[in-house]
Parts: sequence; C-alpha cells; structure tokens
Amino acid sequence: MVSIHNLGFGYSKKKPVFEGLNLELQTGNVYGLLGRNGAGKSSLLRNIAGLLTPTSGQCTVKGHTPHLRQPKFLQELFFLPEELHIPPISMKEFVSVYAVFYPNFSQNQLNEYLKEFEVDSTARLTELSLGQKKKALISFALATNTPLLIMDEPTNGLDIPSKSQFRKIIASSITNERVILISTHQVRDLESLIDPIIIMDNREVLLNAGADVIAEKLSFKTVQQVTNHEKVLYSEHSIRGFGIVIPNEDKSYTKVDLELLFNAALEKPQVIKQLFN
Amino acid sequence: MEFRENQAIYLQIAELICERILLKQWASEDKVPSVRELAVQLEVNPNTVMRTYDFLEQKGIIFTKRGMGFFVSTDAHDKVTEFRREEFLQNELPQFFKAIHLLGIDFSELQNRFEAFKTENY
Repeated sequence: MVSIHNLGFGYSKKKPVFEGLNLELQTGNVYGLLGRNGAGKSSLLRNIAGLLTPTSGQCTVKGHTPHLRQPKFLQELFFLPEELHIPPISMKEFVSVYAVFYPNFSQNQLNEYLKEFEVDSTARLTELSLGQKKKALISFALATNTPLLIMDEPTNGLDIPSKSQFRKIIASSITNERVILISTHQVRDLESLIDPIIIMDNREVLLNAGADVIAEKLSFKTVQQVTNHEKVLYSEHSIRGFGIVIPNEDKSYTKVDLELLFNAALEKPQVIKQLFN
Repeated sequence: MEFRENQAIYLQIAELICERILLKQWASEDKVPSVRELAVQLEVNPNTVMRTYDFLEQKGIIFTKRGMGFFVSTDAHDKVTEFRREEFLQNELPQFFKAIHLLGIDFSELQNRFEAFKTENY
C-alpha cells in the first residue's frame, strides 16, 4: 500500500534527515516504527501523510503522491500526530465538522470506542485531560476506517487500563484492507501487538521484518555467561544475567525482545541490514 | 496476557489452547474462538493468533470447516498429550535436570517425593 523508493528529506540541504530510504508496507499489518530520538520517525510519517515534501525519490500511497494532497488521497488516510491540536468543541461537534471528509466513517464504531475508553463525548475536547484527549482522537481516527492509519506515539499519556483497551481495539480493527503504522518508544506497551517491526537509524531503514522472520534469524536469550563472543550480536548485563541477541542456529523460536533487538540494530547496523535484506 | 521471555508468543498461545483442551474446557468438535476474538482477548496481533492456529492445525489439534472457522479435532486430547510430552522432554526437562544437578539432589530422593506426591494428589 505504501511504497517508498530512494526517499530523501531534510529541513536544510546540509543536514538530510534521511537519504535513499526504501520501505514497503503491505495491507493487513500493524507496523511498529522504532528509532531513537531524532532518527527521523516523525519526519518519515509526515512524508507519508503528505505533510512534508520529499527532496528526492518517490513515496506513493495506494498510487497517490502524498505531498500533492489531493482530496482522493486525503480521504484514504488518517494521521494522528504526537502533539494534538484540538479545537475547543465537543466530540459531537468535532464529528460534524471532520467526519464528512471520510467516506467510511462509522458513528457506531466511534460510540463503541468512546464507551470502551470511557471518554465523555459531550465535554469540550480542550477541557479533557491529556489521556482523555488522546483516547477521544484515537477513537475518531479508528472510526474513520481509512485504509492507512498513522499514529505517532499513541500510547503516550494513556493510563494502564487504557493501554490495554488500546491493544484490544487495535487488534479488533486491523483488517486485510488496512495498514496501521505506529511509531513508539513504549515498546513494552505494544510488544505483542506491533508486527512487523521497522527500525530506523542513521538516515535509513535498518530492518523491516515480521516477528516470525526475526525469530527465525535471531534468538533472544538470558544467559549466565556470554560464550562464543564472535557470534553474539549484542549483549547487556542485568541482575538475571546477560540478555543476548545471537543468530538462531538451533531452529528454536524465542520471543522477540524488542528492546534487545533495537539495541542490537543500533550497535551492529550493517550486520542487521545484511541479515534482513 | 503476560508472555514469558524465552518462547515465541505464538507458541505460548498454542500452549494456552492445549491446556484448555487438556482441562476439557474445550471439547472435541467445539468451535474455537475466531482469530480476531482471541487476538482481542489476549491483546496480541491477529497475525500471531493466525500463526498459532496454523501451527495447531498442522499438529492435527484443530481443523477448519470451510467458511465456519476452526474446530477442536476429535482426537485433540491425545494429540495434545503427545505434543506436550515432546515439549516437556525437550524444553522443561533440561531445566529441571540443571536445577537438580546444581542443587545436588539425587534420584532416590526424587523417587520418594514423586511417590508421596502421587498418593497425595491422585
């Protein structure tokens, strides 16, 4: 659905945020986009959403060129930014203003999500707490039923029960016609939900792979001592021993530890790139 | 659901289903929850649950009826026992061996305790 070739972008010519970036997103998936602060995650999301214009290369979404911002394209996508800009109106009024732009918007779904999240739809959005605002907008975003849904750090500001509701709602709303793309630093919140995983660093995509492909190639283990150092891609010390990432040689599938995977990708970007390309 | 760290999530979900079958919460020919229902319940990616179902289907523990979803096989109980036995011997027993070796517990003590355990519980 999303196809990116050789994409370059920068806020100034001297300092590109990314160059020659390639990425393909297929329908039916909840992608998790990981990268350290300043790696260009939000810039990438904004390029896909048409809010920024690439300096080189191509980005297409269902055949549309995002930065042209044609209505046909804009109705296929909902972008939920990390920092919300909300008018001082109630959810009901918000719907009457914005829902018309989305042909597949469902009021029933919205009501369901708001109920699940326990958000008061009659209160002014600006008077809600940060978490409540986020939940109101996440509900609206999902109810638009756009083929592409992009969320930048959606779980920031959500309390513990809301995070669990968020996972349930996302699990129920992904369909074979849809792509949900979530950028996050809260990997523990979304660990069992996001799959495939995309890791960005140093102006490029290091990895874009499903959990099963990752588990096929890499093992994530806790060991008491690190032996065969030459094979270990990454290790970190904790009270329980060493958390290690090592090529999977015995064909046993371990659970993909996203934190270890992320740190391994930052430490050995070339090895990770070769392994997954 | 909380997942342990050392095993792929789809296998942990498979184990959960196997447990329900062994405990007879899910009987032969029962319909199992749809992929989406179980994904929502466990808060995991539906693709992961699909992988679990594919895996259990390969093992003959569940089967598909066209357009109606997945059902528990007639001989699921035996198949699960067989699968769990293999799992135990391969994954859990080495851990157990490691512990008794480290702690210097010998087999005769285990034998006694095992007999006592059986009379107490069964």
